[in-house]
Amino acid sequence: METLTIQLQAPQPARGRRAMAIVGVVGSGDLEVLAERVLAAEECHLEISTAIAGFGPVWQAVARDFVERRSPGGVRFSINDGGARPDIVAIRLAQAARLIEEDQPCT
Amino acid sequence: MHVSRAESGGDPVGSRPAGAGPRSWYEASARQRLDLLLDPGSFAEFLAPPDRVVSPHLALFDLPHQFDDGIAVGRGRLGGRDVLVAAQEGRFMGGAFGEVHGAKLTGLVKAARDLASTPVLILFDTGGVRLQEANAGELAIAEIMRAVIEARAAGVPVVGLIGGRAGCYGGGGLIAACCSALVISEQGRIAVSGPEVIETNRGVEEFDSRDRALVWRTMGGKHRRLIGAAGTFVDDAVAAFRAAAIECIGENGAIDAAVLAAEQERLDTRVQRFGTMEDGLDIWAALGIPDPKSVPGMPAETFIPLADQFGVNGHDAR
Amino acid sequence: MAEWQQNRARRDRRIEAGIKLAEGKIVAAGDATRLLEAVIQPGDRVCLEGDNQKQADLLSAALLAADPARLNTLHMVQSGVVLPAHLDLFERGIAKRLDYAYSGPQSARIAAMLFGGKIELGAVHTYLELFARYFIDLTPHVALIAAVSADRDGNLYTGPNTEDTPTVVEATAFKDGIVIAQVGEIVDHVPRVDIPGDRVHFVVDAGRPFFVEPLFTRDPALITETQILTAMLAIKGIYAPYGVRRLNHGIGFSTAAIELLLPTFGERLGLKGKIATHFALNPHPALIPAIEAGWVEQIHSFGSEVGMDGYIRARPDIYFTGSDGSLRSNRAFSQVAGLYACDMFIGSTLQIDLAGNSSTVTTSRVAGFGGAPNMGSDARGRRHPSEPWLKAGADADPVSPAPLRRGRKLVVQIGETFGEKNAPQFVERLDAIELADRLKLDLAPVMIYGDDVTHIVTEEGIANLLLCRSPAEREQAIRGVAGYTDVGLARDRKAVEGLRARGVICRPEDLGIDPLDADRSLLAARSIKDLVHWSGGLYDPPSRFRNW
Repeated sequence: METLTIQLQAPQPARGRRAMAIVGVVGSGDLEVLAERVLAAEECHLEISTAIAGFGPVWQAVARDFVERRSPGGVRFSINDGGARPDIVAIRLAQAARLIEEDQPCT
Repeated sequence: MHVSRAESGGDPVGSRPAGAGPRSWYEASARQRLDLLLDPGSFAEFLAPPDRVVSPHLALFDLPHQFDDGIAVGRGRLGGRDVLVAAQEGRFMGGAFGEVHGAKLTGLVKAARDLASTPVLILFDTGGVRLQEANAGELAIAEIMRAVIEARAAGVPVVGLIGGRAGCYGGGGLIAACCSALVISEQGRIAVSGPEVIETNRGVEEFDSRDRALVWRTMGGKHRRLIGAAGTFVDDAVAAFRAAAIECIGENGAIDAAVLAAEQERLDTRVQRFGTMEDGLDIWAALGIPDPKSVPGMPAETFIPLADQFGVNGHDAR
Repeated sequence: MAEWQQNRARRDRRIEAGIKLAEGKIVAAGDATRLLEAVIQPGDRVCLEGDNQKQADLLSAALLAADPARLNTLHMVQSGVVLPAHLDLFERGIAKRLDYAYSGPQSARIAAMLFGGKIELGAVHTYLELFARYFIDLTPHVALIAAVSADRDGNLYTGPNTEDTPTVVEATAFKDGIVIAQVGEIVDHVPRVDIPGDRVHFVVDAGRPFFVEPLFTRDPALITETQILTAMLAIKGIYAPYGVRRLNHGIGFSTAAIELLLPTFGERLGLKGKIATHFALNPHPALIPAIEAGWVEQIHSFGSEVGMDGYIRARPDIYFTGSDGSLRSNRAFSQVAGLYACDMFIGSTLQIDLAGNSSTVTTSRVAGFGGAPNMGSDARGRRHPSEPWLKAGADADPVSPAPLRRGRKLVVQIGETFGEKNAPQFVERLDAIELADRLKLDLAPVMIYGDDVTHIVTEEGIANLLLCRSPAEREQAIRGVAGYTDVGLARDRKAVEGLRARGVICRPEDLGIDPLDADRSLLAARSIKDLVHWSGGLYDPPSRFRNW
């Protein structure tokens, strides 16, 4: 297992009021993303635990594009990765961001 | 491209899900099933993902953990009634029971036993015990079975819902056998030994695990409904599972010596009637079904009345 | 005096040698090896019918059982090297030289045997090239073919999987070769005559059907969100603007997703009747919903597909069927149709380089070409116009006067930036080049040349290579849709943004598509069972695809 931490600045805070959102499953070629609104509004962190080592630069690039596109400020994304490809990672991150930005507060 | 951004920017196509059919139970994740099964917004999770109660064993095998260890447990409402629920995620390690996974379900069912009034729903989706933590998993199965029987003895209905990718195998099949009612869809399968296990131990002549039609004739939802192992058959739709679950939690789930004796008698009868038969098709013919070969292809709306007419009906025997 | 009938005389001697084992034309299965030993000569060119789907499996086993002292150094000329026995022939020395087109399941072993010198390679062809050479310089002396049934005169019924048989028989029988057919049964009257009996010299009664594999069944349950996204991009960004009606689809999951999105996503775009109406295509089960929803007018097929016979019989308005009601497929004609009559090919590949060359070869596998290069190439001999063809031509060359401007076939590569086992689809250098080095081939096995490719679709968007005006632009257009592969990460961001502004690169948002809407609920069928329901119970999938 490899763990990676990526810390980025997000120009805008995430919208909505949910405290937490979770999407995906740690299955073959998939991952789970837990989004928690626990950081300062301009911060965005990704904490990744992956079964496949050596893809740090790719994670960096995916994370950079994601934060640039969605700007989920204040949110920490914790990722358990079962060996997902970057396109699936990007989709799950976007899904998690969309979910936590929903208005309905998390129970 | 010949579609300029200006022309296409405001196009709403693709912005809403098409919904080619009813929402499939088989396709949904454990959490999606809970969301759609329970009354909207009523699910409150115990040991939720942010608590990070994960398997202490998987890291030793260099395997990734999941924040809920493959099972979401909590309380919610179903048709206005309080329920305790557990949903296994069949895509994480095949929905298999590990130490944490098992302890979460044990705790939930014991709570139901102690409350003695709140029905339990178990959304099975499991291949059995997790090999990497087999001892803990096997112990958990035994504890859960005991807890289910104790809960039922206290009068609590314990309802199993089966229609996921992983089926309901191994210890999951044993726990299902202890439930007060089972709801199953065509995709659902119940057995202790899975197809590959049987083939490995007894040879391909005994059971060809790649013959999927055979697997389904032996373990699949329709067969389990017809021989009375599952009381309710539903279409592969979340709404159908919800309707059936509402009905089942309203039934009496209590167990005592008389119920067990009746169960034993029913199983004896099953062995006497069908014990020598080679194939599900023979059993369906013996049940009096006019064209047994047509059963697998039958849509749910045709199969359900057929099963009611010819199947073994009962609500407390596997 | 010159002797002009030597071949005919030789053929008659072969027939004479074989006839002793036959009753009329019929030979018992147990005598098949003796028949082959009697009829075939060492060094002969032999077509042992191995097609894409059906296999003359009894005859291949019979040939393998022959005595290598009597039968050896054969030159095998067959489109498909599919069965283990096809390669065992070379291990035993019965065969020596090979010209073929496709080796699917044997691709690793054939590579090992080529490296090991067990096989002397003529060439790896496309189907049409090999068929063409049957009539020029690779005409078989003996053809060993497979049919469903025969009558006592040797008339053959090849059934839905006619495939290569008419082409092989045409080349062999009319050039004084010998045709031997294995059949599943001998009947008084065949349901229809696919091969006239006067072209068939011996019939071996196998007493069972020939081997055939379902190759075109894609389980909708396995289609991913990313594949759905690429399919949405292709429909909205290519099919719709070009108005593509005549086309061929590859066999991957992305094109299966397209087939399953036509009645849902395509319907909502108002594209019914405007795209995807006429196909050169095997009977893909995934196309059933589109057919049932009234999208498809006509399909001509290379071969059939296991489980589709009943459905095809009930839909003769769509498929080509014989007097018996079952499918009539023909690989040669369908390949020609795909080459000349289709405006688009869309399919997947394993590797694409910076010039757009693509290959399904890895260093340890030689899978052959099959038909993809014929489908996926611009037909330079085409002369009839069509809207998509003209439009693509204008994209590529806006300068030339329209009456003198060639049109272009749309050749679309669709796939995810990373494939199986996280292998990148985009590479700096194709593995095919290394393979060519190791095997000392003159040509690297390129499936589709870059100058034939017009569009590349990935989850990152569409690259329209027709609009690129220089090799450098082309490279950046490819890098621009290569996502997080090394090729993609090395893109010139500014150049890529420039290409996007010109419409050379189209992102999902440029087409009004939100990647988060790429959901499996968009699929008209999400399981094989759904396909059965769509077919009204006429589709009968093989057991391995069932979960009921």
